Amino acid sequence: MDAVILSRLQFAITTIYHFLFVPVTLGLSIFVALLELWYVNSDSYYERLKLKRLVKFFGTIFLINFAMGVVTGIVQEFHFGMNWSEYSRFMGDIFGAPLALEALTAFFLESTFIGLWIFGWDKLSEKMHCLCIWIVAFGSNLSAFWILVANSFMQHPVGYEISDGRAVMTSFFDLVTNPYVLGEYFHALFAGITTAGFLVIVVSAWKIATDDISREMFVRTLRRAVLFTFFGLLGVMGSGHMHAQYLAEANPMKLASFEALWETENPAPFAIVADINQKEGRNDFEITIPKMFTFMVHNSFSGEVKGINDLQNEAVEKYGSGYYIPNDVRGMFWSFRIMIATGGLMMLVVFAMWFVSFLKRKYINDYKCYLKMMPILLPIPFIANSVGWYIAEAGRQPWIVVGLQKTAVAVSPNLSAEEVWLTMIGFTIIYLALAVLAVFAAVKFIRRTKITAEE
Amino acid sequence: MDLNIIWFALITILFTGFFILEGFDYGVGIMMIGRPRNERGQFIRAIGPVWDGNEVWMITAGGATFAAFPHVYATMFSTFYIALFLMLMALIMRGVAFELRGKFQSPDWVNLWDFGIIFGSFVPALLWGVAVVNLLRGLPIDFQMHYVGTFFDLLNPCALLGGIFFVLLFTFHGANFLLIKLSDKGLLQEISRQSFKLGIAALIVYVLFGAVAAVETDLLAKAPTIIFILLSIVALVYGCRSAYIKSGQCAFFSSTLSVAMLVFGFFTALFPRIMVSSINPEYSLDIYNAASTSYTLTIMTVAALIFVPIVLCYQAWSYKIFKERIAPTDVNYH
Repeated sequence: MDAVILSRLQFAITTIYHFLFVPVTLGLSIFVALLELWYVNSDSYYERLKLKRLVKFFGTIFLINFAMGVVTGIVQEFHFGMNWSEYSRFMGDIFGAPLALEALTAFFLESTFIGLWIFGWDKLSEKMHCLCIWIVAFGSNLSAFWILVANSFMQHPVGYEISDGRAVMTSFFDLVTNPYVLGEYFHALFAGITTAGFLVIVVSAWKIATDDISREMFVRTLRRAVLFTFFGLLGVMGSGHMHAQYLAEANPMKLASFEALWETENPAPFAIVADINQKEGRNDFEITIPKMFTFMVHNSFSGEVKGINDLQNEAVEKYGSGYYIPNDVRGMFWSFRIMIATGGLMMLVVFAMWFVSFLKRKYINDYKCYLKMMPILLPIPFIANSVGWYIAEAGRQPWIVVGLQKTAVAVSPNLSAEEVWLTMIGFTIIYLALAVLAVFAAVKFIRRTKITAEE
Repeated sequence: MDLNIIWFALITILFTGFFILEGFDYGVGIMMIGRPRNERGQFIRAIGPVWDGNEVWMITAGGATFAAFPHVYATMFSTFYIALFLMLMALIMRGVAFELRGKFQSPDWVNLWDFGIIFGSFVPALLWGVAVVNLLRGLPIDFQMHYVGTFFDLLNPCALLGGIFFVLLFTFHGANFLLIKLSDKGLLQEISRQSFKLGIAALIVYVLFGAVAAVETDLLAKAPTIIFILLSIVALVYGCRSAYIKSGQCAFFSSTLSVAMLVFGFFTALFPRIMVSSINPEYSLDIYNAASTSYTLTIMTVAALIFVPIVLCYQAWSYKIFKERIAPTDVNYH
């Protein structure tokens, strides 16, 4: 393997790992902020005592996760220069700005106010303290906006021109109002809400089943988390659907690839399963729903959807000879289906838990064994997030910036394969070790923390 | 004044902020070496509320370099590939350690993460010193702005000495920060004695460096650089004296000034270059050939002028909230 493929693999490892934590940060910051608002606004002494403990309980889970997200985020920022120096040269005039703005407007807010929140319980007024976590939530979600502005340019360049062999910004306004950002941002934001909500559902369900003393409070968080997650899931589905429709104009190759539609059709069918033969540019076997793909794109049963092979020909005309089809259509096709399936599965879990959360205490006991097994389901949203990003990034290949620069020429020329191997192995080991330790710490903390009104 | 110069100044300010703030964070981390557990707890408690915000100065300095001088970002980060890998490993351990350390009381658990904090503070301090000396000496950069040397070229004795100097200076700075943050009388006395010794050691290496640089290079040919470096040394001397007479506030103020003047001296020595090529002076990256377009620089200037003051305000406010000294019993992280 050469430095290009290794650098890609390394970036993939870091991004996927980073994005295990980021959605939890995005959503859980909001959830904890809502909990604290609830605490601040309640006036019964015992109620307040319990609510404060609840805020700290989910706050602690949030903080462990937050730390993991922060440290991997630094790796992310450094990777662009370390492994992708030619990309950074070519794109720096445009790409550097949102990155710098992310640090300047969002990271400073998050990091300063998280310190105030952690240590400020006795130093700040209640309202001020509550405001701190809201600022953290705002900062986190603002940082997601900036990084997705940067990513959206790679997917769909706007507001630029090519000058002296590099891309230069001609309109900052176009950059931040790139229509591609809308779909990506809201999809990521709602995915964060869903992921965090699902995490709270799992933790609450497990506590209900295993911790009688704290049960009452976790029934209450379960009810709220069910709503929170439901809201998130609706948002994910809506924004995902809109974004897919938008892709039909903005990046039809990506859309056709994750549906494995090789030839342009009118109306186009939706393949439920397919045996993809990328070499020959067709599916050897498929089960389809007629007209369905067209319906998803056009909201009607007639209309053309472009196929991969025709888009390849168009690309050759536009950019000269070359292979412009993402090289893992099979992976994208199945990732997309996994993503849809996990969304559906989460919706089922949400309904089941909504039902459970309103059961009388004596009936909950009948469901204890199921509630205890809830942690098995915890990976679902994380799988959804990972495959989602896989589609987004694999679907951009062979380009690093669609239409402007290919991934193969973006890598740092001074790197040897050995150097990249070394760093990749090093990062992977530390990621795994820290994941084990962090999960261990979180589980032990969740297990032994009681939420009661006792002093 | 043109935008490229403004951005050179802004990058200087961001790195100054970074080295002052993370300088004492790293220093406090290094000071934990060989300390009993409850003292390490107090040390961590002293920087606990602020270290994360301080670290963002580095991230912002990096991001601003990317935005304003993308070629510098590209060349520098790929040049220091292995060094930055080591630094990232250290920073990852350090960041997670602050969070996980306080979760359980078991000595093994605490010791593990304290090691993470010490390692995660020592390695970046050392590597920044190595990087700074290499940047001043110049690096084998070819006409395409690509680094053509190896990792081991970066580890020359002079650079390693620079690394040791940074470790000593930051530890001195960190010790002085502890002098204004702790309240245990006995411990304060001990730290001020240590601070004095560290300051003297840093001073010796500093003067040695200055002498070598004056003879071997033209780095000290510029008047501003000479003035800044002299001020930095004077501040360091005053810091040693203040530590000796146990005046924590003066010592911390002096080491802050010393670090700031050092960074100013470093950047004025480079100006208008940012990365010097040892192959051919014409291959050097400077504030013009490595910069973004004036359009991007204008946007970023506006953003910086709005947000840097805001950041300074709320960070200053957070320091004010946590201005109280740490009680000897206050050892729990949170």
